[in-house]
Amino acid sequence: MVTKRIERVNDFVVKFANVNGSGSASANTLFAKAIMRMGVPVSPRNIFPSNIQGLPTWYEVRVSERGWLGRRGGADLMVAMNPQTWEKDVVEIEPGGYLFYDSTKPLPADKFRGDVTVLGMPLTAICNATYSDARQRQLFKNIIYVGALTALLDVDVAEVERLIGEQYKGKEKLLEPNLKALHLGRDYALEHLPCPLGITVRRTDKVGDRIFIEGNNAVALGALYGGATVCAWYPITPSSSVAEAFAKHCSKLRVDPATSRLNVAIVQAEDELASIGMVIGAAWNGARAFTCTSGPGVSLMTEFIGLAYFAEIPAVIVNVQRAGPSTGMPTRTQQADILSCAYASHGDTKHVLLFPEDAKEAFQLTADALDLADRLQTPVFVMTDLDIGMNERLCDPLEWDDSRTYDRGKVLSREDLEAGHRFGRYLDVDDDGITYRTYPGTHPKRGSFFTRGTSRDRYARYTEEGSAYVDNMQRLVRKFETAKLYVPEPVLKDSPRTAHYGVIYYGSTACAMDEALAELEAEGIPIDALRVRAFPFQDSVIEFVTAHDHVFVVEQNRDGQLRTLLVNEGAIDPARASSVVHYDGTPITARFIRRAIEERLSAFNVRPMRRTAAAGE
Amino acid sequence: MTYLAKPKLHHPDLPANALGFTRRDYEGTISTLCAGCGHDSISAAIIQACWELAIQPHRVAKLSGIGCSSKTPTYFLDKSHGFNSVHGRMPSVLTGANLANRDLIYLGVSGDGDSASIGLGQFAHSMRRGVNMTYIVENNGVYGLTKGQFSATADRGSKSKRGAVNTDEGIDLAILALQLGATYVARSFSGDKEQLVPLIKGALTHPGAAFIDVVSPCVAFNNHEGSTRSYDYVRNHNEAVNRLDVITMHREITAEYPPGSVQEVHQHDGSLLRLRKLSEDYDSSSRISAMSYVQSRYAHGEIVTGLLYVEPGAGDLHASLGTVDRPLNELGEKELCPGSAALAKFNASLR
Repeated sequence: MVTKRIERVNDFVVKFANVNGSGSASANTLFAKAIMRMGVPVSPRNIFPSNIQGLPTWYEVRVSERGWLGRRGGADLMVAMNPQTWEKDVVEIEPGGYLFYDSTKPLPADKFRGDVTVLGMPLTAICNATYSDARQRQLFKNIIYVGALTALLDVDVAEVERLIGEQYKGKEKLLEPNLKALHLGRDYALEHLPCPLGITVRRTDKVGDRIFIEGNNAVALGALYGGATVCAWYPITPSSSVAEAFAKHCSKLRVDPATSRLNVAIVQAEDELASIGMVIGAAWNGARAFTCTSGPGVSLMTEFIGLAYFAEIPAVIVNVQRAGPSTGMPTRTQQADILSCAYASHGDTKHVLLFPEDAKEAFQLTADALDLADRLQTPVFVMTDLDIGMNERLCDPLEWDDSRTYDRGKVLSREDLEAGHRFGRYLDVDDDGITYRTYPGTHPKRGSFFTRGTSRDRYARYTEEGSAYVDNMQRLVRKFETAKLYVPEPVLKDSPRTAHYGVIYYGSTACAMDEALAELEAEGIPIDALRVRAFPFQDSVIEFVTAHDHVFVVEQNRDGQLRTLLVNEGAIDPARASSVVHYDGTPITARFIRRAIEERLSAFNVRPMRRTAAAGE
Repeated sequence: MTYLAKPKLHHPDLPANALGFTRRDYEGTISTLCAGCGHDSISAAIIQACWELAIQPHRVAKLSGIGCSSKTPTYFLDKSHGFNSVHGRMPSVLTGANLANRDLIYLGVSGDGDSASIGLGQFAHSMRRGVNMTYIVENNGVYGLTKGQFSATADRGSKSKRGAVNTDEGIDLAILALQLGATYVARSFSGDKEQLVPLIKGALTHPGAAFIDVVSPCVAFNNHEGSTRSYDYVRNHNEAVNRLDVITMHREITAEYPPGSVQEVHQHDGSLLRLRKLSEDYDSSSRISAMSYVQSRYAHGEIVTGLLYVEPGAGDLHASLGTVDRPLNELGEKELCPGSAALAKFNASLR
């Protein structure tokens, strides 16, 4: 039987299998952006190794006129440029799909599949014939295949030309050879390959005014807009580009016009212990400060995070989550630090967590985190992940309300102290658990205090009395309750029909969940959905659980960490919520979510528990 | 033990400094350290130095790590904000605090366990960054709060109170500070207030990373025969290479010295460091010869004290980072937030 070849417009997945360090990343981005410029939503994803040169790397571009930005799974067209991963890459092609490869060296027939259209192009031979320089042969090979793809997929070559023009603006010497390579590939494909394929791009207007941005870049800008003046960090994938982008933006947007000096201090610390120490020191002294890191960095910071919790010092920690320790899987995405951040450190601690769904929300919540940390005088985590942080994603334009002012929280000024405000650093004057603080150097005679962990009374005087300790710990519980009033509300998506089942999700799962919910709805399976945006959980989160027969908590870790947190903090019956987890390091897909929920639901339906109980009444 | 306030009553004839403060105004609560602890002498020297310099107490931020030495900031300058932070991590907290407000005076107090063991990394990196601070290590070669274990500065071959011999090489923090680029490096002895007070004053006025290693005997766990940090041992092996006078704008220069025996160092803040040489062949303007001298004398069992090195034109971390003169913690929306128009431009660049 001959498999019908895939024929779809503006709805397919192209996957590039490359070797890292070969210059493929910029060519692949060019391809994705050209499609976006044609008004068709795209979502590209890097799947890369902990390596600089020589190991396999993939770039997946999902084209979806309907606007689904999650990872779909499978590939309709595989651009197989890496012999190391050939077998696996070929297997991944959907039946009826397409395989594009470098046909310079003939491959035996058993290397191919009968149910895919094979598109061979002698890329190496073309490059060798055209270029003499080895590096050029490598780099232009990438542009040549992009040229071929414009022909194969009907991508407007003028858009690619424009993008190349923007990229090499001011470097005209590089512009011409790139354009030449582009057309070399395009012309070859038009002449020798069956252009266009069954999958094509057609210009539309579904992108609107959306922007194409990496989450780490948006976080950096959020910190800048939110008024961070101190950034201390230590390089760790996938978070390093937050600090690098922050430095880049500050070099333009934080320059004092009179002196050309900087309104910011950025320090690459010697390790994560020092970076969080600097953040805490700076925030203690009244500057807005943040650090960016990933799981292992948070592990190193935990002693300090505990101190900041007990000493009540603001700190913003951006955790771009990744998979596990060491090296290798850490360049893959996960949401696996929920518990380690929620309860980071020794003693009884709880921390505020924020869960942005994409770059836009990461921008907002990073700026908000700086307000929250000052307001609550405590560490606040912005929990993104590699999928959000290191992939360019289509999202709504970033917005800033110019009337917004920074909430510096309860800080007594020299005038306040002069006016005789009674000052006790840990005295709960307003009955909300949040006490007043002073910055060092404020007043010659009033407002100084000694900062310690726990051994102090309401006036910050040293004491080892148990009753003073308990008094303080109870106030910290009140403060965490108060935090619920300030953290972002969850987002509820009610099914138009009555739904007995609910799903709870957060962070980067959102884009796959939107698609999965639409598919389930179309299949006649109504599900209510709640996107959690913060810890501590508001009452509405717990009510959502109790309002449904059963809730699935969908997350990207092994142990269902958010579910644990819900059960633990919300005192909900563990039987009411079950985990749907995806943790192989790739971003969760709509397919996965839909299938998992379908399976669970059918399992529920055959369970006689409810009927038996009803019959017994 | 909780806390003991110290009454502020004082004798009416107690002298006042240029700000009208007496020494009592620079004190803290009553020390809870052991009677005779070297650390208390250092606290007294800090009080004396701040009083003599007529520093406004509230313009000092005092930070420490964990340990006996790190408890001492409670015992001086109670009008200053203090921060008893994390074991071995005072340098990073101080660095961050300094970044937030460059106008305050930063005094970091640490111990040999805090700085040479758990905090060796942070010690080193704060020195190489040139954080504008006075970093004092109260060095007794022993863990006091945990009762008598060797610290990393204990000399090889020295004996613990229980009779154990230290087989590991001792770390000389002053040598490390010299190698790592500290721009003011001194060593002193808690029992020599006359030497210590001017060294602290010089450090407080120094516009970069100033480090003082103060040998400070532990009367409870390291003051016995066989220890190289006991009062007796240090007194017998203390080789002071110079004597420092710190001359601020408040004080006239009156002393006269024979020519050639005095080195003068002018600092950014207008203060003058006047060094009287006690050892003819000691040169405190050369980092390399300072290291060589200190180490060669150490090989002979001598502890070199005094101002080991000073760099007159020292800069600091803020200079390296190019930050504005105004403290960063004073900046508001106007300076920090580029507003929606800049954001619209940014959005446009991402389409």
